[in-house]
Amino acid sequence: MDQQNIYQPYLMQIEKITEEAPGVKTFRLKFTDENEGNNFSFHTGQFGEYSVFGEGEVTFCVASPHTRKGYIECTFREAGRVTTELASLNEGDTIGFRGPYGNIFPIEDWKGKNLLFIAGGIALPPMRSVIWSCLDQRENFKDITILYGARTVADLVYKHELAEWKERPDVNLVTTVDPGGETPDWKGDVGFVPTILDRMQPVSENTIAIVCGPPVMIKFTFPVLEKYGFTDDNVYTTLENRMKCGLGKCGRCNVGKVFVCKDGPVFTRTQLKQLPDEY
Amino acid sequence: MEKELKILKYNDLPKLIERFRTQGYPVLAPVRKNKVVEIETVESLDAVALDALLSTQSAKKAAFPKVEKVIDYTLGKNAVQQVPVNPETHPETILFGVRPCDASGFKSLDAIFGDTPRDEFYLKKKEKTTIVSFSCPVADSYCFCTSVGGGPGNTAGSDIQFTAISKEELLVEILTEKGAKLASHFTDLLSDTKGDIDKNKFLAEVKVVFDMNAVVGKTTASFNNTALWLEQSLRCIGCGACAFVCPTCACFDFQDEQNTKKGVRLRLWDSCGFSLFTLHTSGHNPREVQSQRWRQRIMHKFAYMPEQLHVVGCEGCGRCSRACPVDMNIKEHLTSIGEIVTV
Amino acid sequence: MSELINKVTQLLNDKTIDVFIGYEKGSADRIRAAFARTAEQAAKLVYTASCTQNLAGYLMKHEVKKLGKPGLLANVAALRSIMQLASEFQVKDGEVYVLFANADGSFTEFTSFASIEAYLGTTDVGIKSDEQEMIARLEAMSVQERWLFWNKEFDKCIKCYACRAACPMCYCHRCTTDVNQPQWIPVASHERGNLDYHLMRAMHLAGRCVNCGECANACPMDIPLNLLTYQLIDPIKNTFGATAGMKADAVYALSTYKPDDKENFII
Ligand SMILES: Cc1cc2nc3c(=O)[nH]c(=O)nc-3n(C[C@H](O)[C@H](O)[C@H](O)COP(=O)(O)OP(=O)(O)OC[C@H]3O[C@@H](n4cnc5c(N)ncnc54)[C@H](O)[C@@H]3O)c2cc1C
Ligand code: SF4
Ligand code: SF4
Ligand code: FES
Repeated sequence: MDQQNIYQPYLMQIEKITEEAPGVKTFRLKFTDENEGNNFSFHTGQFGEYSVFGEGEVTFCVASPHTRKGYIECTFREAGRVTTELASLNEGDTIGFRGPYGNIFPIEDWKGKNLLFIAGGIALPPMRSVIWSCLDQRENFKDITILYGARTVADLVYKHELAEWKERPDVNLVTTVDPGGETPDWKGDVGFVPTILDRMQPVSENTIAIVCGPPVMIKFTFPVLEKYGFTDDNVYTTLENRMKCGLGKCGRCNVGKVFVCKDGPVFTRTQLKQLPDEY
Repeated sequence: MEKELKILKYNDLPKLIERFRTQGYPVLAPVRKNKVVEIETVESLDAVALDALLSTQSAKKAAFPKVEKVIDYTLGKNAVQQVPVNPETHPETILFGVRPCDASGFKSLDAIFGDTPRDEFYLKKKEKTTIVSFSCPVADSYCFCTSVGGGPGNTAGSDIQFTAISKEELLVEILTEKGAKLASHFTDLLSDTKGDIDKNKFLAEVKVVFDMNAVVGKTTASFNNTALWLEQSLRCIGCGACAFVCPTCACFDFQDEQNTKKGVRLRLWDSCGFSLFTLHTSGHNPREVQSQRWRQRIMHKFAYMPEQLHVVGCEGCGRCSRACPVDMNIKEHLTSIGEIVTV
Repeated sequence: MSELINKVTQLLNDKTIDVFIGYEKGSADRIRAAFARTAEQAAKLVYTASCTQNLAGYLMKHEVKKLGKPGLLANVAALRSIMQLASEFQVKDGEVYVLFANADGSFTEFTSFASIEAYLGTTDVGIKSDEQEMIARLEAMSVQERWLFWNKEFDKCIKCYACRAACPMCYCHRCTTDVNQPQWIPVASHERGNLDYHLMRAMHLAGRCVNCGECANACPMDIPLNLLTYQLIDPIKNTFGATAGMKADAVYALSTYKPDDKENFII
């Protein structure tokens, strides 16, 4: 890496591709230069700029936990120019990565607490990194509950990991699909995330809630958490504004005076309430 | 360093450019091209439009060009080889004949690009640029430098500043080490000043039209004043003319270009006035309408930058207003913000 | 002036319109667009010989549309813009109240497209003589000379898109330059990116340009890019018999096939 050039990416090799759902893939990426890989570290919640040379860069969070070294993973949905090209790549191909950028989920501060993860659709990736980071040091936390919803059964990502969490006695996993999205053999819940959350009657005492998902889901989930007594300081979420540099320079990701790329992407609901409506 | 005052004969001015060129320094200066004045490389003083009020575009391109390569690579089978782009290779350059607001405009860019992590593409070019400004003997009604802490004789950001004190003579203020180094190439042409020279006598008069601190405070408090931003921006058509001519606007885009064998990633000027600037791939846009984008322009310069980087992102040069096709006049808009009666 | 102000005040009072798009005094000696929604705002309207901006483009602007039914102070170019926009299904008959500024300082109301068409039928809509001269000069050049001329002009371009933003016909929700799958036009403002952008823009305005000159007026770098689209006016007229912005129900020459279309451009 050229120390002088903050925009130069690391070269990464695609080691493994997993098809998660229609249009959604997970890449496991290995540093082409082993030294760079050994010196690289990140914290859960951070993101990076992934590049397909010739097409440009895209912003994804690092979906693997920081407790696992030697590789990083990203899970992405085919959306526009770069993601479409990315999806057409094969194992062994080279892409670029700049990062890690942004702030982190303060999991050190959550030790000794219950954790309630609430995710919708493609927003499980940022959450997956935190979930595994916590599960890899399971003894430090009390109850861990994961509520995950998608539009249809096919849209659920990380199916094998969901199965693994379902099996674990120390994780309470609730999966749900939107009404009409179920299949005949679907064993999970049917209903929108906020409705299911309400039915679960979450305990707010000594609990941290982490909410990631599409804006509508978040909008209707917050009142439910409020109803059960979650204070704004104990509710975390992430923002996703359009980014280019990831370094607070290109000037496009700000919400008011806050740069999502530098000051975020992780925010408590308290912080969110102080931000103007610009996201 | 302590600033040094000298006198230069107007007739000797051409020699300066000649000597800079013999030394091998590229010289960038304002050049008249029909109705526009561009900042371009010049070979002699004849080409320099010293009488121009201001160049149409600012001088920022000396360190922040409209198109710039940030990564360079070759493509092999499955493999990509990066060719380092070295910001160091930029030659020592002289920016000559620009105005005080051009020189001081760099302080906003310094703050943005110098903030960690440092952007050496900009910083190295800036470091290697010596700025020789000319104070302003005239101003027009778009100028408001004095309202934002500058002035027609402001030396901030300049390495050397010239002021015409008579038809024959220029006052030379050597302001920095870099300036002194450059001046060493023409020491023989300089003479000592005789007695006190009141530089102000030779400068344009630019009236203070608003109280900057009040404007900063009121802008900061006005985010939710939707009516204000809509009223100001109804005629705004959402082009990027204001941002591109502005000495302090630093927002940029990246774009890749490649053929089958090699490619580059380019850094390009971008503008918060474009609807595409913040558009998400999903179609959602946090700044959906022009009034929100206009608000961003003003708030970035007068609320966010002062708070985060301790610098107001405007030099009062008025370029944006002169360039605006629909007469969005920033001086007028800021004045009206300053006049808001807070309840 | 008082005739204009009285008229607009009355239109606002009797709710014929919600907003009147006209002119007011701007900075220095400039005139600029104004959006009068109240009598107080109407009182600031002016009309002078310097009121040349084609205001029709504002009819397409989202936040102006949200103000309600518009009235527009139109010059010939604006009338033609309205006709062209109508033929492209962007404005409907009766949606815009048009006040036309006559050369003698009086105003004529146009309440229907038919009345605009009738007026335009009797008016000279050609380009100005100095512009004609420039075009003649360009046409007299060799291909090589013309190429150099435009390259030199485009070299100044900073891709601020003021030309596109000012053009009443550039209302596309997503302009070709903004499409990135595929990336038709390089985004960068370098030689290729500038050239491709201007060629694309000229082609998309061929037969649609109403020769208002807003693009060139808007350009901060003083590039005479109106000449590009102006140069296409006669060829389109001679080939397809069509002039832009004359009829509200015109069909666009370049997107319509007629059995008797000339085919002499096919080599
Ligand atoms: C913090 C953060 C974390 C994220 N995490 C994930 C994740 O884990 N998984 C996931 O699937 N998604 C994630 N996203 C969303 C993801 O970044 C977008 O879906 C992705 O950027 C889409 O890129 P694209 O190239 O496919 O889209 P495009 O819309 O084609 O954009 C390509 C690039 O070009 C730019 N662009 C588009 N059109 C133009 C134009 N005409 N001119 C100039 N530039 C243009 C865009 O700004 C973009 O940078 C995240 C976003 C953020 C901010
Ligand atoms: S905002 Fe306008 S007046 Fe201020 S520095 Fe930029 S161009 Fe000059
Ligand atoms: S207005 Fe002028 S400088 Fe701006 S994009 Fe158009 S031609 Fe280029
Ligand atoms: S992504 Fe560039 S400033 Fe945040």
